[in-house]
Amino acid sequence: MDLNIIWFLLVGVLVIGYAILDGFDLGVGVIQLFTKNENERRVNINSIGPVWDGNEVWLLTGGGALFAAFPIVYATVFSGFYLAFMLLLTFLIFRAVSFEFRKYSETAKAKQIWDYSFAIGSLGPALLYGVAIGNIMRGVPIQIIEGKIVNEISFLGLLNPYALLIGILSLVMFTMHGAIYLTMKTEDKQRHKLIKWANSLWIALVVLYFVSTVATMFAAPFLFVGILKNPIFWVLFILLLASFIYVPVALKSGKFGHAFIASSTLISMMIGLFALSLFPRLVPSSVDLNLHSLTIYNASSSQTTLETMLIIALIGVPLVLIYTIFVYRVFRGPVKITKESY
Amino acid sequence: MDPVLLARFQFAMTVGFHFIFPPLTIGIAWMLVIFEGIGWKKNNAVYTEIGKFFGKILGLIFAVGVATGIVMEFQFGTNWAEYSKFVGDIFGAPLAAEGLFAFFLESTFLGLYIFGRDKVSKGVHWFSIFMVAVGSTISAFWILVANSWQQTPAGFILRNGRAELTDFWTAVFNPSTLPRFFHTLDAALIAGAFFVAGVSAYLILKNKGVQVAKTALRVAVVFGLIVSLLEVFPFGHEHAKQVAETQPEKFAATQGLYTTQEGAPAAIFAFPTNHPPKLLFPIEIPGVLSWLAFGDSKAVIKGINAFPPDEVPPLFLTFVSYHNMVILGMYFIFIMAVAAFFLYKKTLFDKKLLLRIFVWSIPLPVIATQLGWIAAEVGRQPWIVYGLLKTKDAVSFTVGTGELIFSIILFGLIYLLLGSVFLVLLIKKIKTGPDTIVKEA
Ligand code: HDD
Ligand code: HEM
Ligand code: HEM
Repeated sequence: MDLNIIWFLLVGVLVIGYAILDGFDLGVGVIQLFTKNENERRVNINSIGPVWDGNEVWLLTGGGALFAAFPIVYATVFSGFYLAFMLLLTFLIFRAVSFEFRKYSETAKAKQIWDYSFAIGSLGPALLYGVAIGNIMRGVPIQIIEGKIVNEISFLGLLNPYALLIGILSLVMFTMHGAIYLTMKTEDKQRHKLIKWANSLWIALVVLYFVSTVATMFAAPFLFVGILKNPIFWVLFILLLASFIYVPVALKSGKFGHAFIASSTLISMMIGLFALSLFPRLVPSSVDLNLHSLTIYNASSSQTTLETMLIIALIGVPLVLIYTIFVYRVFRGPVKITKESY
Repeated sequence: MDPVLLARFQFAMTVGFHFIFPPLTIGIAWMLVIFEGIGWKKNNAVYTEIGKFFGKILGLIFAVGVATGIVMEFQFGTNWAEYSKFVGDIFGAPLAAEGLFAFFLESTFLGLYIFGRDKVSKGVHWFSIFMVAVGSTISAFWILVANSWQQTPAGFILRNGRAELTDFWTAVFNPSTLPRFFHTLDAALIAGAFFVAGVSAYLILKNKGVQVAKTALRVAVVFGLIVSLLEVFPFGHEHAKQVAETQPEKFAATQGLYTTQEGAPAAIFAFPTNHPPKLLFPIEIPGVLSWLAFGDSKAVIKGINAFPPDEVPPLFLTFVSYHNMVILGMYFIFIMAVAAFFLYKKTLFDKKLLLRIFVWSIPLPVIATQLGWIAAEVGRQPWIVYGLLKTKDAVSFTVGTGELIFSIILFGLIYLLLGSVFLVLLIKKIKTGPDTIVKEA
């Protein structure tokens, strides 16, 4: 295994960490949109209040790691998807300020505005991440001409039906994940409501997953070439199925922690399968898959940098995990609203 | 319109807005380490109350810092794609290190600090604000490493049309990293001290939570005097010496030195013009610049005329921002020294005028840091990576003028909104004063 492959895996780990952790924050945000009761809204906010910012750092570190390990991808994708990116940043900005702004607003009306800001700021990214993945799976109109990367990406082109379908898939997935997270954080009536929502969302996800798999066979047949012979595929796929099946079982028997682990596994496996089908490409070219795609080799940093970064990651990631787990343990269990709450 | 100019404008606008918040975050966090530490160790309710009050304000400032920081993290890719390809091998590493070693630390522990006051022991609670302060300082370190490398590149070779890393530690500790880090960190501490001092002065004037405010003001004045002195000497001085050595054309521009001279004078005040390059109404002290920069009042310093005209930074902006920063630096020392004098005489709290000056001085350190950055970054032009890559060759050539204008307007409006709401809420929070007023002893 060479350094480029290790970095492919590490970026994958950061993406999965982000999707699991900030994924439930986004889901809680979407649920906020449908929560009418002020007290329940406060529970929602306080359930993620202490941790959401740390969760979002997985995205920032992922961005930094992508820059460091695969700078050509960082530069090409972010400048190519310019407007889509600005839209994403707008959502993230409003989400980031909404808790503090809500807390210090006095009128119910102002609080409501920041609730919407939090909800829309979560719904947008949950949808856009899927749209982005959908577009990458289809292949992006890039060409490598004499070492320079030229693209013909248009904003409207990104909004094709296939990508939108994947966007809805990710929206539903994160919302379900958020609902399941909230079942651990709530009690009584609110919890019952959330269990119901989680179950309905699960059904929607099953249907959407099936439809998207079929759609992918048409939109990006190259992703399936040779995959059935790959044992890694089968491991991921079986884990995906198992966690899919286990989610409603765990919810039914009141094992909310287990349900959360199952939905986290489900998310990881979906991303794992996506990564596996891309490998060793990072951005497939729709012009010519073999000639013009960005891969972990033609888009990477030098070996010296990859090596240095690996050492940094090996020191940093365990540290982060230790204190993150510590802080999650401090705040475990259902939310209690006190004077100091948001 | 010129896309390069637009991209530069956008970067300056977004990073300038972002950098209103980091200095306050870093400065207030370190002051809270002091307040919460005394509150915990001495079991002192007044200090704990100061901690609660400024802790909440920190939460508000931090949130806007985060919101605007997210934009920065991706902006190198969106707007400066050619730059990102050229420097990616080196520049990405400090950015990733910042995420891993700093952002996780500060945001995770800030959550614990703000939501965990009643959930963890006092010791752990103090530790959480300490980690926030440490994290934000590490964050400053790594981002300044990235910036310093772009000012004074080291530890690389040019290969495959880009700068490739040869020696990590040489790149990290390039010639300007440490001077810039200490200078910027101390600037943040000044911002924190003036913030706490100004807010406390306000509370004293309005007779709200006076005991809490008096204690906070005392600490802020002592702390503020020390860090204001340190900023000029040694940190400002060392930084200027380093610039004189590593970026002589920038140094000449900040000093308004247009012709190469032996025993160059320091211009205390002047009005510079670009065409012709000239200082109007200069007040100069002979020989002082040579002495400050090279420890010898006879040393020769290169003037603007010694460099190719297309490699010289804009003179007016560089000179003016640099000089106003220095003037503000002197002002900070002066005000803090006067306050310390009255504190020693035990009459500080009766000096209404001085208290009022403190209230109005809250934004000045933030302005000084903005001016410092303008001097450093505009003074680096026309290079984006000093001596290696010009700014005009560094933009994303796939991003059109329309897209740039659109995003400038978009972020302009968003920042206007965020800035106004932030100010309104901050002022309201300050006006309410500390939550529960501790009984006067
Ligand atoms: C000297 C310090 C300093 C400087 C020059 C910058 N920042 Fe900053 N930044 C911080 C000091 C800081 C901080 C103290 O760590 C912040 C500020 C306020 C805050 O709340 O955390 C922060 C927040 C912050 C965040 C959000 C982190 C989170 O979610 O916790 C990001 C992504 C960035 N910054 C990125 C940048 C980039 C890419 C910069 C380069 C142009 C930059 N910052 C300049
Ligand atoms: C946070 C404080 C900072 C402020 C206030 C600041 C200010 C500025 C200003 C005013 C410009 C425009 C200069 C011009 O175009 O004439 C600029 C440009 C730029 N700065 Fe900074 N800067 C800061 C930090 C940084 C950091 C930390 C980095 C890199 C890590 C950085 C990288 C750049 C780049 C890439 C440009 C665009 C190209 C250019 O115009 O030179 N800046 N900055
Ligand atoms: C006599 C006092 C001061 C001196 C001699 C001084 C010196 C300098 C110099 C030479 C630079 C340019 C560095 C470069 O271009 O690379 C600089 C930048 C800067 N200054 Fe100052 N400074 C002084 C006071 C202050 C004060 C009071 C503040 C803020 C409270 C401040 C904040 C900054 C910042 C944020 C920068 C940009 C970042 C950097 O390059 O370090 N300075 N200063």
